[in-house]
Amino acid sequence: MAFPPEHEIHKRRLGRNVGVAVTLGLFIMLVFALTVVKVTRGDPMQGFDHTVRPEMTTEEDQ
Amino acid sequence: MSDIRAYEQPGEAGFGDYVQLLKPRVMSLVVFTALVGLLVAPVSVHPVIAFASILFIALGAGASGALNMWWDADIDAVMRRTKSRPVPAGKVEAGEALAVGLALSGIAVVMLGLAANWLSAGLLAFTIFFYAVVYSMWLKRSTPQNIVIGGAAGAFPPMIGWACATGTVSIESVLMFALIFMWTPPHFWALALFMKDDYSNAGVPMLTVTHGRRSTRNHILVYTILLVPVAVGTAFTSIGGPIYLAAALALNAWFLIGAWRIWKRDEAMAEADNYTVEKSVFRFSLYYLFLHFGAFLAEAALRPYGIGGW
Repeated sequence: MAFPPEHEIHKRRLGRNVGVAVTLGLFIMLVFALTVVKVTRGDPMQGFDHTVRPEMTTEEDQ
Repeated sequence: MSDIRAYEQPGEAGFGDYVQLLKPRVMSLVVFTALVGLLVAPVSVHPVIAFASILFIALGAGASGALNMWWDADIDAVMRRTKSRPVPAGKVEAGEALAVGLALSGIAVVMLGLAANWLSAGLLAFTIFFYAVVYSMWLKRSTPQNIVIGGAAGAFPPMIGWACATGTVSIESVLMFALIFMWTPPHFWALALFMKDDYSNAGVPMLTVTHGRRSTRNHILVYTILLVPVAVGTAFTSIGGPIYLAAALALNAWFLIGAWRIWKRDEAMAEADNYTVEKSVFRFSLYYLFLHFGAFLAEAALRPYGIGGW
């Protein structure tokens, strides 16, 4: 005997899954927005990339 | 057997039941007070960071609510006010509430640390610990002072909001904390007076159960008297001003009159009019807190126009 296609429990599970999906989607968008804000207005960021960058050295290095 | 009824659980949870675990009504107060703490701080915060910070503070508060529902499922099942919560109603298993609470606590604290700063994340972690462990697991069932000390958990959000903006704790945020901390006991004891048998049936040592209703009425008056200088005194700090002072004077006078009226009554009088005064003071206490924080916000909003503040 097959499941009745529109059983109430299916609706409830669908609602729960859609709820989780929407929540995760919003969370991803929020983390992305936070990243954009932090990177675009953040402190100057530089990393070691095999290029001479005198401004990154400290007095002790010099 | 493939019939779906063979393995259908009678109370399988929907998404809304998990939302109910987070105590959305309590969360609304947390959101409001944390937002005020953040907005009245002397440092402006980028709107996206402010939004994320408030969201994660609310999520942390919700997580502690889920942990509370896991631990207190036995009490909640007995009390009229709480027996329809998802765990006692059989919609969500206690273990699930624990898992949701722990997972969301971790997410909320780490994300607040990344979005704002680690002081506010630390305060949020302490708040969750305080509400779930110190209040729910320890104080609630062991002392009639449970809500006095446990009230600290509800008092932290504006301090966390302030810390999100400034990265510090200062006298203003301590006073906002103190305002909610001192407000909590008269607010909850007014509720306990007309919630009659709920707490005694559940074996929770509320003041009404351990020391009687006369003593509870005395306590409401004393704590309200102690609340007044905190609420009015905050008017003279950098977050206060004439608008706040006027609101605080009016609201505190009204609250004092309410506490006085509760103190003057005895059980026979309260029974006769179905706890009308107690219910009205409880309702007013909600407006009391909302309007105090609304006045902080008004001061901050009007400051750029030269009206707010001293």
